[in-house]
Amino acid sequence: MAFDKAEAKSVITTPIFDNNPIALQVLGICSALAVTGKMDKAFVMSLALTTVCAMSNLLISLIRNHIPSSIRIIVQMTIIASLVIVVDQVLKAYAYEIAKELSVFVGLIITNCIVMGRAEAYAMKNGPGMSFLDGLGNGLGYSALLMSVAFIRELFGSGSLFGYTILEPLKDGGWYQTNGLLVLPPSAFFIIGLLIWALRAWKKDQVEAA
Amino acid sequence: MSANNDSFGKTIFVAVALCLVCSLVVSGAAVILKEDQQANKAADVQRSILIAAGVVGADEQADFGKLFQEKVEAQVVDFETGDIAKDIAPASFDQRQASKKPETSIKLSKGEDPASIKRRSNYGKVYLLKENGKLSKIVIPVHGYGLFSTLYGFIALEADTRTVAGIRFYEHGETPGLGAEITNPQWISKWDGKEVLNQNYKPSLKLVKNGADQTNEIDALSGATYTSNGVENLVNYWLGDKAFGPYLAKLRGGKHGV
Repeated sequence: MAFDKAEAKSVITTPIFDNNPIALQVLGICSALAVTGKMDKAFVMSLALTTVCAMSNLLISLIRNHIPSSIRIIVQMTIIASLVIVVDQVLKAYAYEIAKELSVFVGLIITNCIVMGRAEAYAMKNGPGMSFLDGLGNGLGYSALLMSVAFIRELFGSGSLFGYTILEPLKDGGWYQTNGLLVLPPSAFFIIGLLIWALRAWKKDQVEAA
Repeated sequence: MSANNDSFGKTIFVAVALCLVCSLVVSGAAVILKEDQQANKAADVQRSILIAAGVVGADEQADFGKLFQEKVEAQVVDFETGDIAKDIAPASFDQRQASKKPETSIKLSKGEDPASIKRRSNYGKVYLLKENGKLSKIVIPVHGYGLFSTLYGFIALEADTRTVAGIRFYEHGETPGLGAEITNPQWISKWDGKEVLNQNYKPSLKLVKNGADQTNEIDALSGATYTSNGVENLVNYWLGDKAFGPYLAKLRGGKHGV
């Protein structure tokens, strides 16, 4: 397989700004709302999704020429589900506290549209190397948005980043009145909306025809 | 894609091969990581006991294993008599395992099973905390069914065996944002100082819908009626006559020497 450096680079970077799975394709919103209250949770979730997305793309691409088209969705699901279970088990063994807080959301990566979308749209047609990079790129695109939302929510909602206090909240004797709305999942809707707006104001070609 | 991919034989072959490989990977991961996961779970249980008893804060980091060794004394209790089972070593006794096996547990009929636990072990394990040689807190393991899952937790009582010192659920599968709010620190703080046993030492806890103003009432969780009912039932069950009630009575009477 010819390996094209420029193409590889674009496969990784396009999903971050130009074709962000959350901001442009509006996929994976459920977990983006649920786990962005704290940066450490968002980080672990991003890591888990990126791993699953890259590995599932790689594995599906490896066997793509042998997958019967009548059961291809089930084959993809089985591979994705197995990877998610493995990731979940690893988290429970080495990051128990965070795994407990992420609770069902790691398991729900199975149903995350980004992973299956990439498997069906990209990995079924392209070689393993590029598919792996495509999965990685989309995982990073998801992560970039998740971390941005978590940054805003944790900084202004709890006055901290990664659990370290940045703005001393009033209730601990500081000066900062924490924003209660940002602690709750619905606030992620507003933030994602504003981020999509900002992104489309910057990159005009993402604006959909009215 | 070649045409014969869709033949009957190949479809079956791919499906079976995939299932075999995936199940190997999944079970392999489960077996290899089991030890670490169990160690994590055991440490989490100890931590939950310390948090319920108010020894450490919910977000506090500490050497939980060491603290547990220093502060907490476990006792195995015979539910039938309320006596301490001296012949069973607390360290080796696992109440959850015991309530699964027919030979170490009893089956509960519908009428005597408000917490929907189906089987109750013959023995239970309580944790005592002492201050200056005097009993300060009693931590009691509780479990019962909520809406989707069995809730496991600890409730800590003051030395009078009536007043709540703290509660903490460490395992459940309730809906995030609704039933899972049982772990919300704000809601948990509402339990402090409430009386779960009445004047006659009968379980009397109620989770009420609006305005918990009595000492035995706690605000139910909004949007989580079944989980709230489950919490009410399980606390009342485990502190009642069929569970730790007789033990607590003997403890109050000074029969256990603390």
